[in-house]
Amino acid sequence: MSVATWSPTKASGRYRDVPEDTKRQLFEEVKSDPRYPDFLYGCYECGICVSACPSARFYDFSPRVIAQALAREDVDRFYEILMEDIWNCAQCFSCVRCPRGNNPGGLVTLMREVAVRHGLEQAQQALQGYSRVIYKIMLKGNQVSPDMLQPDFFPDWGPWVREFSRNMSTWRKAIPVDTLRNVTDAAWRTDDKTLRELYTIWFETGNMEVIREVDEGLYELLVEIMEEELEAAS
Amino acid sequence: MSEQVIPLTELRERKAQPVRPNPEEAPRPDLREELFELEARGELIVHRVPEPFAEVTTKYGRTKKVPIDRLWHHKSCGQCGHIPGYTTSILWLNRQFGIDYVDPTDQTSCTGWNYYASATSNAVAQILVMCRNFAAAYETGYYPLIHCGTSYGHYKELREQLVHHKELRDQVRRVLDKLGKPLVVPEEIVHYSEWVHVMRHRIAERQVIDMHDITACVHPACHYYKIVAEDAIYDPDIYGGQRTATVTALLQALGITVADYSTWFDCCGFGFRHILVQRDFTRSFAVLRKIEVMKDEANPDMTVTHDTGCVTTLDKSQFAAKAHQRRVGVPVLADSQVAALAMGAHPFRVLQLHWHSTDWRPLLEKLGIDWQRYWAEFEEDLAAIERGEKPGLTWEDAEQPILTR
Ligand code: SF4
Ligand code: SF4
Repeated sequence: MSVATWSPTKASGRYRDVPEDTKRQLFEEVKSDPRYPDFLYGCYECGICVSACPSARFYDFSPRVIAQALAREDVDRFYEILMEDIWNCAQCFSCVRCPRGNNPGGLVTLMREVAVRHGLEQAQQALQGYSRVIYKIMLKGNQVSPDMLQPDFFPDWGPWVREFSRNMSTWRKAIPVDTLRNVTDAAWRTDDKTLRELYTIWFETGNMEVIREVDEGLYELLVEIMEEELEAAS
Repeated sequence: MSEQVIPLTELRERKAQPVRPNPEEAPRPDLREELFELEARGELIVHRVPEPFAEVTTKYGRTKKVPIDRLWHHKSCGQCGHIPGYTTSILWLNRQFGIDYVDPTDQTSCTGWNYYASATSNAVAQILVMCRNFAAAYETGYYPLIHCGTSYGHYKELREQLVHHKELRDQVRRVLDKLGKPLVVPEEIVHYSEWVHVMRHRIAERQVIDMHDITACVHPACHYYKIVAEDAIYDPDIYGGQRTATVTALLQALGITVADYSTWFDCCGFGFRHILVQRDFTRSFAVLRKIEVMKDEANPDMTVTHDTGCVTTLDKSQFAAKAHQRRVGVPVLADSQVAALAMGAHPFRVLQLHWHSTDWRPLLEKLGIDWQRYWAEFEEDLAAIERGEKPGLTWEDAEQPILTR
């Protein structure tokens, strides 16, 4: 089935089609995740998940369609969702009020993992502008830090951001919490040993290979810094 | 359609009755029992909730232990990076009650924000990040108190996966061995707002700011009560036991009127990746589905929530909407900040309100707090720091309430 036939608002030709076998292979990879049976028990098509879903309100997106396509093992529709929809999910898990016990948001997480592992173009597009966050989380174990709050990145947050970035250094010193005070490149002060343990986790679990699929340059930079740290300590 | 076809009267009556679930009829098994079985088989160590603890009721009528003392503060990267008054208020409350705590440097974030935003990780890595933090807490002898709604929800789900999948446990144990750490799982995963919840009457006893004129809307954080729903606190006296009681019960104990609004179940619009790289969605959702609905239906003096992302999203999304003449202007606070303020915490040294972008001044004025005076004090602190006279604020500077009884 072509994209246009099941959803008139989705334009065809926005992504590369692939042979049926490839779609099935990608689907099987999602299905083989140990969490999959906990996230999908079939679908009543009742739409309760859709009524609770924030992304369904603002995008051409439906957790019901996701549960339904996967339950029917409709690999064509699965592939369309993989290419068109998964990055619109807000991962709020409002959809787990599903009377069937499904977790459509969890299914999206599994699909995203597969999309990233295969370096699919759509995953790379969705994560454009996101590299500096990956850099921070992998190296510091924190998603955000005060020095990321820059006016050019958050202009929509108003003049407050400009005021903040002008005063960041002093404001951070004016926090009485010992682990936060005067820290600007992470959310709090973390031991070097703790970070080395984190790097070991990334290496040992194949997480660095995932980063390589998203951004090869970032991967090389991170590996160099982490290996240097680990070697210096050993 | 007549009431005979759909028994509306009966349905309404049933809805008006508080829900008192029978734990024997819970739709899901009690994970804690499975945890203790795994411990008995030598697979892992269960970190038990230390005494003293409070017992609360959760969604299916089970009892959950919430530790009062000896707390290991598992901080949140969103709170600490962008809204440090959240963390500061939690620790200030601990100090006011003489709680023994650890504010660890041997802690990473759960990295769940990144996982939900980008999926650039996997289940084993995520469980290991959790277990490394839990082992670090266990080594200190203090009990983990999770500040972030997402860390709390993520850890509940990861704990469940760990218990149910032997292959995950085996992979996790292999790496933990390499790190020289035991596989430790807490008996209860506890969110800081649950600690605030069980302390609410003690907080109210020490209230120095009268809050009876204040109306608030509550935004319950999705990852607090939607992920592994059975671990969230419910109370038949709060919303008839049909919504989580955390946050609301605290506000009521402080004399605040909690006003309902129709989109209470909606998320805040954070979206994980959206707040960082697709904020048009976040802003629109936060304003159109949350703030404007609150304004139109309840016109609150503030909205109160209990998660990093929710405070950030609801607070920061309001500015741009002003350009479109949207009905915004509701200050957003965490429950810890409201509790600390009620007990007389300094609005800037403790609540750190200068990090919030939606105007909080009308709220403080309605509470009779002369915020200019306290801002002037805080500006003196900042000037002293800039002159190099002091390296920064300490608890000694911030400990003292602005008002006492
Ligand atoms: S709520 Fe569950 S059963 Fe109903 S449509 Fe959604 S996934 Fe299917
Ligand atoms: S997790 Fe995703 S699919 Fe589920 S309700 Fe939230 S946005 Fe919708």
